[in-house]
Amino acid sequence: MAQQAVHNSFWKTNQKALAPWLFLAPGMIMFLVYVIFPIIESIYISFFNWDGLAPAHISQLTSKEYVGLGNYRDLLDDDSFYTSLWNNLKWLVLYMLAVPIGLFVALFLNQKVPGIRLYKSLFFFPFVISQVVVGLLFSWFYAPGFGPLYAIIKSITGSETAILASDTMATYGIILAGLWPQTAYCMILYLTGLNNINPEQVEAARMDGARGLTLLWNIILPQLRPATFIAIVVTVIGSLRSFDLVSIMTGGGPYGSTRVLSYFMFEQALSEYGTAMGYGAAIAFVLFAIMMIFISFFIYRMLQQERNS
Amino acid sequence: MKYMKTLAGLALGLALSASTAMAGEIVLNSDQTDPAPKKAMEELIAGFEKANPDVKVKWNNIDHEGYKAAIRNFLTADAPDVAAWYAGNRMAPFVKAGLFEDVSDVWKDNGLDEQLKSAAASMTIDGKKWGVPYTYYQWGIYYNKDVYKKAGVSEPKNWAEFVANCEKFKAAGIDCLTTGTKALWPGAGIFDYIDMRTNGYEFHMDLTAGKVKWTDPKVKAAFAEWAKITPYISANAAAIDWQDAAALLSQGKAANYVMGNFAVDTFKKGGMTNDNLGFMLFPEITAGIPRAEEAPTDTFHIPSGAKNKADAKKFLAYLASADAQTAMNKTLGQLPVNNKATVGDDPFIQAGFKELSSAYALAQFFDRDAPADMAKAGMEGFQEFMAKPENIDAILARLQKVADKVYK
Repeated sequence: MAQQAVHNSFWKTNQKALAPWLFLAPGMIMFLVYVIFPIIESIYISFFNWDGLAPAHISQLTSKEYVGLGNYRDLLDDDSFYTSLWNNLKWLVLYMLAVPIGLFVALFLNQKVPGIRLYKSLFFFPFVISQVVVGLLFSWFYAPGFGPLYAIIKSITGSETAILASDTMATYGIILAGLWPQTAYCMILYLTGLNNINPEQVEAARMDGARGLTLLWNIILPQLRPATFIAIVVTVIGSLRSFDLVSIMTGGGPYGSTRVLSYFMFEQALSEYGTAMGYGAAIAFVLFAIMMIFISFFIYRMLQQERNS
Repeated sequence: MKYMKTLAGLALGLALSASTAMAGEIVLNSDQTDPAPKKAMEELIAGFEKANPDVKVKWNNIDHEGYKAAIRNFLTADAPDVAAWYAGNRMAPFVKAGLFEDVSDVWKDNGLDEQLKSAAASMTIDGKKWGVPYTYYQWGIYYNKDVYKKAGVSEPKNWAEFVANCEKFKAAGIDCLTTGTKALWPGAGIFDYIDMRTNGYEFHMDLTAGKVKWTDPKVKAAFAEWAKITPYISANAAAIDWQDAAALLSQGKAANYVMGNFAVDTFKKGGMTNDNLGFMLFPEITAGIPRAEEAPTDTFHIPSGAKNKADAKKFLAYLASADAQTAMNKTLGQLPVNNKATVGDDPFIQAGFKELSSAYALAQFFDRDAPADMAKAGMEGFQEFMAKPENIDAILARLQKVADKVYK
């Protein structure tokens, strides 16, 4: 009896402080087990030379397999790593085109004509279908022999260009495929943004004689800023995560020229010919570090905005 | 596609880990999802259960590409009693990690050292046998006889003639040699043959085992032979699958294709028949070198974590028997390893039997003879070489760098 009273009073006095933690606990535990712990584990693995088979479990790794920063040193001496890094940079820069193109399409579709809903859904379609399908479609599009683009290039220039067989063009070919769904994503973000535009401001600006680009730049865009921010965030992260398309369209080829870090990691650690778990973990950590730069910046911006508003 | 399959395989591998065998039951994991291999497996299992009424086989059939990723998981997590895999260096990592069971006793008790002699070397590591081979198939050059006629070219007797033919094919607007290296491995078949014909079997084995440097002048000599035909190989080979290249041959756009016998099916589906599809041995390059051939061998193993090893060994013994191999390979359209077994009467299988039984030595194929990491880098190098032969020095230097890491 007395005990329960003590218990009750403890709960009563601390209820306000404890309740949020109780509600947060399930999510936090999940996050800890499935995100934080694996990150720490894979950083740990990156210090070992391990093939994932012997010893059978991470806990059995000994000083025999320990190589310290050896994997990272090897990475700095690996041409494939620089190819992947450089390709990631190409992805990052060119993927950004999705934001302005998405904005353009959104502005174009933001009108009231019969059947506009159909057009909107057609433009949004590539984002709904799987990346695997997008990759297959584009690789057929480029395919030597029967691909439409291949036929077009041949009829214009007379040369037989297979984009995915060329080490200089293949990466751009894949990025173009990636831009298709990404543009649709940015478009939908902007379309929702455009719905929330204050019509009175636009009206007022019109009365003051603002038209066309001036109106867009000074009145519309500032109001779309939250949409732009999200569009940039998802595009940056999307470009760094690029894996599906590379895997489907070229498998990193021809001769490794379309590798990106995430695919390079998969190749080294998990693919048919890859058994270097430690090396793969080291690549994963480098990719993680690069992502962290962007993510920290975005979080910082978000916190700042929240404070200002 | 491949990615999806890998994922599916991983998922399957995880799902399978729940499967446990009861007494008198063996769990068998394999990757025979194509129609012919699947049928051959069904017949094999039915035959085994008939011969051993007290043992039931629980068969998990996993997609071919996915299997390669799944096997690592199920061998360590929850091992089946029998697992399909490959001979040569491809099984070495599992043997070294202690994941495969030594089955030397199955070989000894059933007289397999004699009957499976041709594959004994490729099943041996550290003087012990680690599995049982049941089928292999030949590689060689498949060619379109109609195209040969059209270009006025006859079957080459040696490498010089082959190269000279290429010139004539080019004049006729036909690709002398075709290949599709999107999945990398088809290019390795060409390299294996050119190296074995230029430098011999022992040198090639030393190279794949890391005993010879990639920067060795003899390796360069092999690539120099290859360079003679690179201008005549189908352009854009790097972007197409091997089946697409097979179509080029069937359609008469290409003359020759270095391939394994499994491709015959694809050629025939493309409209070719026994009359216009030809098969020849890869021509001699350096005169007098004993003729070695490619003959990748498929095998079954007992994982060391198996729960019912006694019955699993019965299964391997049955699989090794002449009768079982005759029946299975008849359905597969391949060659039995057991020398007491009967070979099918298909002309290509007969040709393969003649080729392999008279060969000096058999190689397993580049990606089974060389360790996985080396194989991957090597095959990428071959792909690059065919597109840009001028990069040869950079390619070989890079391969040596990989070799330094892999073989240390």
